[in-house]
Amino acid sequence: MEPVIELKGVVAVLGSFPALAGIDLTVQRGEILLLQGPNGAGKTSLLRVCAGLLPIERGEGRVLGIDVTSQRELIRARVGLLGHSNGLYLDLTVEQNIMFWAATVGASDAEVASAMKRMNVDGRLAKVKASQLSAGQRRRTALASLIVRRAEIWLLDEPHAGLDASGRDELDGLLRDAVAAGATVVLASHESERANGLATRVVTVDGGGAR
Amino acid sequence: MTNTSLRRRITFAVARKDLRIEWNSRVLVNQVAPFAAIVMVLFAFALDNDGILQRVAPGLVWLATLFSMLVVIQRSFSVESADGALDALRVAGVDPTAIFLGKSIALMVQLFALEALLVGTAFVLYNITMSPAGLVEAFVTMLTATAGLACVGTLYGGLAAGVRGRETLLPLLLLPVVAPVLIGATRAMEAAFGSGGAQVSEGWPWIGLLTVFAVLFIALGSVAFGPLVDE
Repeated sequence: MEPVIELKGVVAVLGSFPALAGIDLTVQRGEILLLQGPNGAGKTSLLRVCAGLLPIERGEGRVLGIDVTSQRELIRARVGLLGHSNGLYLDLTVEQNIMFWAATVGASDAEVASAMKRMNVDGRLAKVKASQLSAGQRRRTALASLIVRRAEIWLLDEPHAGLDASGRDELDGLLRDAVAAGATVVLASHESERANGLATRVVTVDGGGAR
Repeated sequence: MTNTSLRRRITFAVARKDLRIEWNSRVLVNQVAPFAAIVMVLFAFALDNDGILQRVAPGLVWLATLFSMLVVIQRSFSVESADGALDALRVAGVDPTAIFLGKSIALMVQLFALEALLVGTAFVLYNITMSPAGLVEAFVTMLTATAGLACVGTLYGGLAAGVRGRETLLPLLLLPVVAPVLIGATRAMEAAFGSGGAQVSEGWPWIGLLTVFAVLFIALGSVAFGPLVDE
């Protein structure tokens, strides 16, 4: 097993609020790691540190072997963070949204077609505007964008939010497929029961620390 | 792939995406262009005198352009924030300079089309005539003024995008900054139209000013857009 995220004694603050208080975390390639904990525990901040968005005040860490202190821009290009919104252009079709992300990294048409097929947004759905999609279809389109961006680590904040039961089942299946294809998934979720069934390991975040 | 070619590729991807959004939604064609044309008609009603209209036509064209531009810029950034797309670009580490340049190019194309419509409307409603040399000067004026307006608009649109009350904040921030473009473009267009006996040659120094403004804001926006959007 190869660690893709290694954090040691990481302290991060949001304004004057201490978001992470000396957290240690190691994530191995191919894991589906669930971060659980109450609101304000630091789950989202931890995801943002892993995405190279939130700078750390103390401690050390590497994501995909890249230092989280000095090379955050390089990390951003190789991980995908999906928060509460999907980052879609609502006036573009599913295909146009994914093609746009493909163009930003130089992904081929074949990669776009493969990602759309994997996330089940190909066929007739490809020509539908994002504004006309259901919550689950938008989520799948956003995940297809992560695939064409060649994100090696998927950081998902409350990925089940807004999905109905069948949408949640479908999402779980898609995440398992993504891991089988080589991705690593870290998800923060309130819905511990559902996410527990999906995760290969669970870490509880509370008071800015992990256990 | 070198940084320059990567930046170029992302720039054109962003520009193509914004123009595709306009093509799909037709907001410019169905809403902004009619709004601009109505403004021109209202000016004609308010200044119901052919002599006055012919003299002030260049200023009216650019005023209508500025008012319409506010709507286009708001639209350009509302599509980015509707589902967190600009955040997603930032999170993905997409080069902010390329985003700035791409959005500026798309805005430039849309504004240029709008200005062509407004100049055409001025010909019809205000009884304007132009020599071939004036036509060339008007075209160059539109190009340089539009480049400046698009870059300033993108920069300030990005700044206001994440702020509450951005609809009212944007005009307050933007209109004072684009005053030099309004003055320069109006004077250059007066020379092109021959308003008040102005000669075509009198317009070129003003086009020089517009060019300086455009170059300044292309450079400033390329540097400042990333930090401003991050904030």
